Amino acid sequence: MAAFLDLGWSVVLLPLLLAVLVAVFGRVLGRSIPVVAIVAPLWVFVYGVLSVLDGVHDLSRAGSVEWLTAAGAGSLTVGWAVDGLTAVMLVVVGLVASLVVLFSVGYLHGESGLPRYFASLCLFTAAMSMLVVADGLVGLFIGWELVGACSYLLIGFWFTRPAAAKAAVKAFLTTRVGDVGLLLALALLWREVGDLSYAGVFAAAPSLAPATVTGASLLLLVGAIGKSAQFPLQIWLPDAMEGPTPVSALIHAATMVAAGVFLIARTWPLFSLSSDALAMTLAVGGLTAIGAAAAALVQTDIKKVLAYSTISQLGFMFAALGVGAWGAAVFHLVTHAAFKALLFLGSGSVIHGSGTQELEEMGGLFRKMPVTGVTWLIGAGALAGLPPLAGFFSKDEILHDVALAEPVWAILLFGASLMTAFYVARTTRLAFFDTYRGNGHPHEGGWSMRLPLIALATLAAAIGFAATWLAETLGTHHGSLDLRVAAGSTLLAALGLLAGWKVSGVDHTGSMQPRMATLASLMREGWGADRLVERVLLAPVASASQFLYRFVDRKAVDGIAEGTAPFARRVGRAFSSLQSGDAQWYATMLGAGAVALLAVVSYVGRGL
Amino acid sequence: MSLLVITIGLFSLGLYGILIRRDLVAILASIEVMLGSATLLLVGLAAAGTPMGTHEGAVEATGVMVIVLAAAEAAIGLALVISVARRFKTTRVDELAEVKG
Repeated sequence: MAAFLDLGWSVVLLPLLLAVLVAVFGRVLGRSIPVVAIVAPLWVFVYGVLSVLDGVHDLSRAGSVEWLTAAGAGSLTVGWAVDGLTAVMLVVVGLVASLVVLFSVGYLHGESGLPRYFASLCLFTAAMSMLVVADGLVGLFIGWELVGACSYLLIGFWFTRPAAAKAAVKAFLTTRVGDVGLLLALALLWREVGDLSYAGVFAAAPSLAPATVTGASLLLLVGAIGKSAQFPLQIWLPDAMEGPTPVSALIHAATMVAAGVFLIARTWPLFSLSSDALAMTLAVGGLTAIGAAAAALVQTDIKKVLAYSTISQLGFMFAALGVGAWGAAVFHLVTHAAFKALLFLGSGSVIHGSGTQELEEMGGLFRKMPVTGVTWLIGAGALAGLPPLAGFFSKDEILHDVALAEPVWAILLFGASLMTAFYVARTTRLAFFDTYRGNGHPHEGGWSMRLPLIALATLAAAIGFAATWLAETLGTHHGSLDLRVAAGSTLLAALGLLAGWKVSGVDHTGSMQPRMATLASLMREGWGADRLVERVLLAPVASASQFLYRFVDRKAVDGIAEGTAPFARRVGRAFSSLQSGDAQWYATMLGAGAVALLAVVSYVGRGL
Repeated sequence: MSLLVITIGLFSLGLYGILIRRDLVAILASIEVMLGSATLLLVGLAAAGTPMGTHEGAVEATGVMVIVLAAAEAAIGLALVISVARRFKTTRVDELAEVKG
């Protein structure tokens, strides 16, 4: 088995090959495209599982090639390395991606552009694997950029819809802000260390100047913030819901957005040396967790609820990283991947069945879609943190660790948990219970849609018990269950669920009381972050562009270009009147010219 | 000094003739006057012993050549005037302004 595991590059190259295959021969393959496409994530999954079982949990299983050599500045290598964290990530990526490919078969049945879709999914799998198995920051950066590109391609899958095209560009550009931070971090480390492999950076980290470590960590944090849609770069994720729902489940819930958490966990030896960077991470995570949870309270679109919920849960992970509990963060990453992918696929099933995303037009779907309903309840319970579902264990561990280190932030996170339970109950009741308010005929999807739901529901229910085993794989410490925190958070979850259930029974739209309407609409728009960006960033750029267009381009540049012909014509006409044919007139001009010339020469040359 | 006054006067007289007389023959005659004024100046300056006179005989030879050229030019010019008169039935220069653009 060991020799088999030495094929580390295969988790990148095989999906890449399949992506090309599906893209080029999509028409020939026809209906068997998904059969080919699913091989890519399945291989990643199998490789991940075997790596976990293999039990080599340092970065020793590795290989690398020299990529670029700069005279006098060393050389860049790209390579792969598998340790516990990588193996766990590969399992998550491979599993969720496989189930998403399967789900897409039913969800996108009859859509055009399927070769493009499945090729993008394979490419995404390759890129995400690259990001995960890279043995240094260069490989990670390549994967990092490629997953962003795939995210762009897949959000814009329905590119004829202006909203989708706009959302794709927005997601790409916003995450690009973070990418600049990551690139700067790479540049800084290259200058200070001269080696971008993890091993080299970590070995040099303790001897670096504290300012360098903090600077590099903060720049890495900027990159993580962009990718994981944390405050203040969270604005792209709610819009990214314009993409097909399985894509939202894979990229915008389970894997790509978790890359920020992975990045910080991966570069932990660097982060742990800078208390400032950790404090910043905690602040970003805490604020995002509660802000996004509040925004999720009042959404009317089922996918928007889940989008804000994802931002909020990623905030929990960042908070855990901020207090040094990276094992807890990765644990929550894993459980979140299971239950949030489940909830997204469940919402996809609901959207597919009822033909709408608006909670207002749902209701009573539990009876009409029993499989979706039951699996949704499991996912919802896991998200709310009900024992003994997965989310309970991981969230509990985060709350416990934060409460020990930073009690003030823990209170904030408890508040966010309460809100989480509230919006979970509200969404569940609005979608699945009471009477059906829409005017379609909701129905369950085919087996390819039901199977992933059941598989993920099983995981969301059971995976919490794997905490100890996961901690061993990661090489971190897993504390025993803190009963006080557990009791407290369970109580909060129950309270939140009850309140959410009651309130949503009274008021479907979530606008609450009239005097709360302003606050509610502000929260629905994600605290007005979009409008702020529009006013502060987009409006000045737009008006400057308008000015340049109207005055500089139209008047000056176009004016000169378009003005040459009329100018020449006008000058020609003016001079043609001199060409009268009257020889004596010519002679007069000649004489006058000679006199003028003489005058000039005698004036200029008077001193000679 | 009087040489300059005389030649400038002659030259201006020729130019004046070219500018105001409408008849081609008169214009040709005026050109001859201008040529003559230039030649007179040249030869006069050489005779007055200015530095131009160092090449002995060269200036006088040039003067003679200009006179010969003027004679040839007058012959060709008059021939052209005759042909113009035959073709356009006029020798008035303002009536010959046909190249209107």
